[in-house]
Amino acid sequence: MFLPCLFTALVVFVVVSPASTFAAMADDPLQSPQWTDIRDRYLGADKVVFDPRVAVSGPKIAEDSMNVPVSVKISGLVDVRRVLVVADLNPIVKVLEFSSKGALPSLHFRMKLQQGSPVRAMAQTGDGVWHVGGIWIDASGGGCTAPSVGRSAAGWTETLGQVQSRVWQNETQSRVKLNIMHPMDTGLAPGIPAFYIERLSLQDAAGREWMTLDTFEPVSENPVFSFDFSGPPPAGLTLVGRDNNGNRINARVVK
Amino acid sequence: MSAALLRNLAGSAFLALFLGVGFYVPQVRAGSLDYQLAPRLVAEDTWVLIGKREDFSRSNGGNIVNTAFVVTTDGVVVIDSGPSRLYAEQMRSAIARITPKPVIRVFNTHHHPDHFLGNQVFADVSTTALAETIAGQRREGGAFADNVYRLSGDWIKGTEPVAARDPVGPGTLLIGDHRFELIALSGHTEGDLVIRDLGTGVLFAGDLVFHNRAPTTPHASISQWLAALDRLDAITYRTMVPGHGEPVSDGRAVEQTRRYLRWIESALLQAAERGEEMSEVLGLELPKEFAEIPLAREEFARSVAHLYRGYEATTLRHRR
Ligand SMILES: [Zn+2]
Repeated sequence: MFLPCLFTALVVFVVVSPASTFAAMADDPLQSPQWTDIRDRYLGADKVVFDPRVAVSGPKIAEDSMNVPVSVKISGLVDVRRVLVVADLNPIVKVLEFSSKGALPSLHFRMKLQQGSPVRAMAQTGDGVWHVGGIWIDASGGGCTAPSVGRSAAGWTETLGQVQSRVWQNETQSRVKLNIMHPMDTGLAPGIPAFYIERLSLQDAAGREWMTLDTFEPVSENPVFSFDFSGPPPAGLTLVGRDNNGNRINARVVK
Repeated sequence: MSAALLRNLAGSAFLALFLGVGFYVPQVRAGSLDYQLAPRLVAEDTWVLIGKREDFSRSNGGNIVNTAFVVTTDGVVVIDSGPSRLYAEQMRSAIARITPKPVIRVFNTHHHPDHFLGNQVFADVSTTALAETIAGQRREGGAFADNVYRLSGDWIKGTEPVAARDPVGPGTLLIGDHRFELIALSGHTEGDLVIRDLGTGVLFAGDLVFHNRAPTTPHASISQWLAALDRLDAITYRTMVPGHGEPVSDGRAVEQTRRYLRWIESALLQAAERGEEMSEVLGLELPKEFAEIPLAREEFARSVAHLYRGYEATTLRHRR
């Protein structure tokens, strides 16, 4: 009685789960228990490849789990439409999503880590394929459930949304670094609702977008972003954005 | 003997070995919670317990720090109480093997956990530190104890953070037949107490000085730290006991710490001025003179997390 039932269940399971799911779990270079869930949730049934051209870099161990520096650099991969960054084991998995619309397909930022976790960049090319790269970052924890530091300082509301910036340029490339004043509350610290920047866009003087970002709670407080351009940066760059409470960000990038 | 019996014997020998190991391992674990503290005489009446040049781990139990004690005619003066209750208990036993005199005073050179988490074992005597140190112990002691427990496990069991009770400022203090000069500095932390024994010429430098062990910077102000090292250069001593690493009789440990701090300051500032990102700075090459120092790579990565945002902020501009 038991054996046939078990057998049937197995068969059903195999039929329901696409074979590629098993392949993906086995292939995950980071061997994360969450990988198949993340894949199902964010990438659906799309084709997925682990691709070293999607390079994620950061510390082996997060000394400051509120500010873990991460760089995503994509090279040699053409027609990248959008890039999702996730941390498998964070209570809020999705960190940000960006689309380079003229800027190089790379992004540098700092994030919160609640515990050691894979941090992945998943880049979708025009053919619909997701190219996934990532690293494992260890952390002692608390990055997501601790209140933001600036909350305890008086006057943080006065600097809310202020932007500092700088442009660097060499013969081949340029970089725009931005620092935006914002508490980026996750909503996981007791008594403090989620309060975070959710949209940023770098626009030139003519209003053309060069980079767009959807950001989520795990992005660090007073976030710092760097964007890279091939050649000089577009003229008259402005950072435009908003947070989830409707506060606007609008700042000319200072060279 | 039949082959079957041989197989049986071999089988039971294997089983016995297996069980034996099973029995033996917990005993080794229990017995290994011995810091094996071996006080070393560095001057008259003056003993130092030299820690390993490592980070907190489950094998070293946090014995990564130098502590010391001075036997005066009135009693024993302890300088830093170590990383745990167990350490301080074993330290008191080690002291008792050397002198019947009671411990009468404990100094904490600063508020880092490896220097004061043994305080609870000295509840019967005056525990003394700079006011900034006491504030730091109260503010961060709980988080420190949790963190040290996470890194070193069983060794830390039962350790409660107890802040020093008695604040002290700069000046001289006569204890028994030893006169101590207390020098209040900062830079490694907000309060770094340096203690000089005017009779023996021993200078207890705390963590303002690291010797062949990469300096740590979680609460550092590099400019204040460099100024503090200049102050130390102006002080005469016969023996200097650094917070970590071997004692020295000359300025080489101060010089090594100074060169490292100057390098890290200029390397991080230059990287920030080049527009580098933190994740890129982590890959910076260490100069050869520091690359071989234990924990240089690990501490550099930690220092990037502690310090880089400060240097970076000076490179960004605001426009309304
Ligand atoms: Zn220290």
